[in-house]
Amino acid sequence: MVMHEYIGLVVLFPFLGFLINGLLGSKIKSEKIIGTIGSGVIGIGFAIAAVIFFQMLSSPVENRSHVIEIFNWLSVGSLSINAAYQVDQLSIIMTLVVTGVGFLIHVYAIGYMHGDKGYWRFFAYLNLFIFMMLNLVLADNFLLMFLGWEGVGLCSYLLIGFWYDKKFEKGTTNDAAMKAFVVNRVGDFGFLIAMFLIFITFGSLNFDTVFGRAAAFSVGDVTIFWIALLLFVGATGKSAQIPLYVWLPDAMAGPTPVSALIHAATMVTAGVYMVARASIFFALSPSVMLIVAIIGALTAILAASIGLVQNGIKKVLAYSTISQLGYMFLALGVGAFATGLFHVVTHAFFKALLFLGAGSVIHAMHNEEDIQKMGGLKSKMPTTYKTFVIAALAISGIPPLSGFFSKDEILWKVFDAGYWPLWILAAAGAALTAFYMFRLTILTFEGTPRWDKGKHLNELSCQPHESPKVMTIPLIILAVLSVVGGFIGIPAALGGSNAIEHFLDPIFERSNSILALGHHEVVPTEYILMLLSVVIAVVGILFARHIYLKRKDIAENLSKKYSGIHNLLWNKYFVDEIYDATILTPTVKASDKLLWKIFDVGIIDGAVNGTAKLINILSGYTRRMQAGFTQSYAAYFVAGIIIILAILIIR
Amino acid sequence: MEHILTAIVFTPLLGVLALFFINRENANLIKTLGMAFSLLAFVISLVLFLKFDGTNPNMQFVYKILWIESLNVSYNVGVDGISLLLVMLTTFLTPLALLSSWNSINKSIRNYVMMMLLLEVGMLGVFVSLDLFLFYVFWEAMLIPMYFIIGIWGGENRIYAAIKFFIYTMFGSLLMLVAIIWLGYYASTLNGGKFTTDVIELFNIAPTIPLAIQTWMFLAFGLSFAIKVPMFPFHTWLPDAHVEAPTAGSVILAGVLLKMGTYGLIRFAIPFFPQATFEYLPYVAGLAVIGIIYGALVAMVQPDIKKLVAYSSVSHLGFVVLGLFALTEEGVQGGIIQMVNHGLSTGALFIIVGMLYDRRHTRLISEYGGISKVMPVFATMFMIVSLSSIGLPGLNGFIGEFLILIGAFKSDYLGTPAFSILAATGVILAAVYILWMFKRVMYGKITNPENEHLKDVSKREIAVLVPIIIFIVWIGVYPSTFLNKSAASTKQLIEKMENYKSGKQVTNDR
Repeated sequence: MVMHEYIGLVVLFPFLGFLINGLLGSKIKSEKIIGTIGSGVIGIGFAIAAVIFFQMLSSPVENRSHVIEIFNWLSVGSLSINAAYQVDQLSIIMTLVVTGVGFLIHVYAIGYMHGDKGYWRFFAYLNLFIFMMLNLVLADNFLLMFLGWEGVGLCSYLLIGFWYDKKFEKGTTNDAAMKAFVVNRVGDFGFLIAMFLIFITFGSLNFDTVFGRAAAFSVGDVTIFWIALLLFVGATGKSAQIPLYVWLPDAMAGPTPVSALIHAATMVTAGVYMVARASIFFALSPSVMLIVAIIGALTAILAASIGLVQNGIKKVLAYSTISQLGYMFLALGVGAFATGLFHVVTHAFFKALLFLGAGSVIHAMHNEEDIQKMGGLKSKMPTTYKTFVIAALAISGIPPLSGFFSKDEILWKVFDAGYWPLWILAAAGAALTAFYMFRLTILTFEGTPRWDKGKHLNELSCQPHESPKVMTIPLIILAVLSVVGGFIGIPAALGGSNAIEHFLDPIFERSNSILALGHHEVVPTEYILMLLSVVIAVVGILFARHIYLKRKDIAENLSKKYSGIHNLLWNKYFVDEIYDATILTPTVKASDKLLWKIFDVGIIDGAVNGTAKLINILSGYTRRMQAGFTQSYAAYFVAGIIIILAILIIR
Repeated sequence: MEHILTAIVFTPLLGVLALFFINRENANLIKTLGMAFSLLAFVISLVLFLKFDGTNPNMQFVYKILWIESLNVSYNVGVDGISLLLVMLTTFLTPLALLSSWNSINKSIRNYVMMMLLLEVGMLGVFVSLDLFLFYVFWEAMLIPMYFIIGIWGGENRIYAAIKFFIYTMFGSLLMLVAIIWLGYYASTLNGGKFTTDVIELFNIAPTIPLAIQTWMFLAFGLSFAIKVPMFPFHTWLPDAHVEAPTAGSVILAGVLLKMGTYGLIRFAIPFFPQATFEYLPYVAGLAVIGIIYGALVAMVQPDIKKLVAYSSVSHLGFVVLGLFALTEEGVQGGIIQMVNHGLSTGALFIIVGMLYDRRHTRLISEYGGISKVMPVFATMFMIVSLSSIGLPGLNGFIGEFLILIGAFKSDYLGTPAFSILAATGVILAAVYILWMFKRVMYGKITNPENEHLKDVSKREIAVLVPIIIFIVWIGVYPSTFLNKSAASTKQLIEKMENYKSGKQVTNDR
């Protein structure tokens, strides 16, 4: 049986789950049944995708890409768009990550959401998310991809604001949800305009057609430049890059499994996927490539620096996600498309694990998220602790864990491409990453417990305890993946074959040939850099251990001594405040005062009502003309004749 | 089948006649009869939809009979792909509007139902008339019931709003009347001395009128339609009319009445006066784009939900006009489907506001908050409609907006993608004003104790919204059902316009 023909089922099952739980969930009531349906449909999808993947591996390279048409979606004039899925090396990897990690998070959520009154609603939204995400990664054209693109944005919105009556920071969860949706729409605007340009340039929105025709364009073409730039604007929205990253930290208002699934492992990597999918446009516009690389590197370091001082366990992870996404874009920007994808995969494992671990902690601490109020949880929740440490080591880049291979590959590609300033930024970011991750780990799990003093736990008779198996088993599986996940991309320098890069080669063939990137020879520099990045990570970790286990005064002294910088980082460089003051408030004020009250009501409607009044007044005068006096009528008569005669004579 | 259009148009009138024989106290029977006749019109229109041949670009189901011999005026009706969907929209929304106001109208209910049915007759007549004189009669006739619906069953300031509505539109229609007479006479000088208001004949004659005269006629027709749409800056009657109108009035006003303006543009103003259209098209598109952004910004800051939705209509209708004046297949098809979309989404939004108003008797956003908690089913339906309104892919609004924007982007007539790019910012703003309103009304904690015991939607209310939601999804997922009907007529129109542009003479084959 050729399974790729059944790719539609992978997409359909999550949708069925959405319909069943969404329409009948409130009547089913049983958490077991709802959770089983919700996770089951994703599990089935994963199983089918896995079979497709293995069949693909066993088929010859030239026979690995297939388009499966479902129906004709939109057909007007020369525009014809199918709901059709493209099964190839790139989309199958994304599908496996989405359904695989997605399945584990669904299972975890069975335990995490236990007792929530919106249980069924939660699983319905989560299933809808997977459905939309699969449309995004499997679409064979830009418009269907855009459906998935905005669709995941909607689910993100619904899930961030899931606890719609809960307070979050200065407002409610829904403020965060709205911010996410609107900021994403700003990015989507870029995507939309890019689509229009693609359509008028290539006469189609279909990937195969468009990319095939794009190959005929020369490097530096202006139209292609705009297409690439606008697509990247779209990517900065969804994947939280400068200047549109501001929504992601707030997105943590949602339940933790949502943060893990949507705001770490899958949705936020959509921008990376999109750029990789449309790599030919970027390969043809070196200047946009440079922009992508710079934005990526800057985002990586900026977010990492904010992560240094934050105290919300999820907040740190959120900035960490932004930072890691920056690395992915950095990779794309230097033409290492496959490497960027590799990091998407490994990041999905360890970042999902970190978030789920954080969720387990929050669960145990009865919704406390402040790491200053934690500590000493190591012995209370050993599984969470161990898996969390594994993930922290992975993201820090300690070999042979997964993060090491993908991150090291990125650093090497950046260096190899000759962008050493970016390499320095990225390496510095790596040091910060190792530091803040272990700051987080230590403050949460090690040292002396600070939670027993907290008033939030005083009411509780019991102490923090390990989460149930339904939550810890996904943690263990993800931990295993975080350890071995990097083996799919062991570089030649370490005697590997970089399997994932070779697997993805056909996808990036055209782009790579434009960029003239071949397979490089192993050089000594590569080993030196590799060693260097390990040293950086180790130093970062040790430094964090030293400060937060032994010399907490150093941290306090530093923050006092450099209170300006600390303040800047603590307030996230005041970016939200700047956006508020320069864009939001002026727009709302101007719309209210100027456009509505002065212009609309005052001037336009004033003119309308003024005309009416004027006519009213004038007719008051003219009315007097019809007073019923024959003499005056006769006078008007004569006056009229005189005027007409005068006009005739003058002419 | 030649009488099917007549049957659809006058079925509601039969309802009015029947109501004369019903005791005015018998409210239930009156409402049931009203529903029955409007549903009957819908059922007949379904037959029309199924029998309509989407591959035929010309008028179908034409029925013509001489009416006023001395003026050469006929009772002449027919539909093509452009008007068909609007006929369907009218027959679909009228029964739903009646059902939505089932319990909220208590004052002289018989007159109310009669007015609603008369209104339907007028609207349907406008969409099927193939004679300008007949068109004008329906166009004006429809004003009267709407005037009374606002003026009698409206809110506190209803008289002001009703008169404003009436005078505004009357002003436009008088100009149009002058233009119609002028056009008829001018045609007679080219037509062997015969005054004519026959639309099909005028399709051939009118474009040959010299540009100088075309311009005046185009402006007269155009202004009349622009007020109806309403296009910026002729829109200030709309917020007042909506705020004061009862729910059903708003539904019909937003759902169908405004479409008469955009319909008039694409049916008459553009094909009659192609040269003037080419001349003024950048200005019209410019006003449309201003309307999109301006309407959205002003909608954003409204404290009154109904006013918010009213201003959002200015924004949405701006999209329609932009699409129509792009004069590309994508743009015009998008414009047509977007008329339907706006009818569904905004119609539904007004129904939803009405449901809130029925419960709390206020339209102020600040009076609400946290309603999701007490009305979860309502919340879900409200959310779907809101998403449709902000153009989420997979729902109807996206199909229309996407086609319009892509059509305007590539339009040679507009000459620059700037219109489309600026218009696309409206997509961002729509998300802002709708979601912000939704947040303040539906989310957060219940702060106002009066909201704590609101009842969730009743079966009747579900029955009003579910049919609309079905079409919201249908058009989003499988728009071909509807786009196929308007494809051939649109294509023919676009080709004709291209020929006029390139100076080629075209012959109309009826």
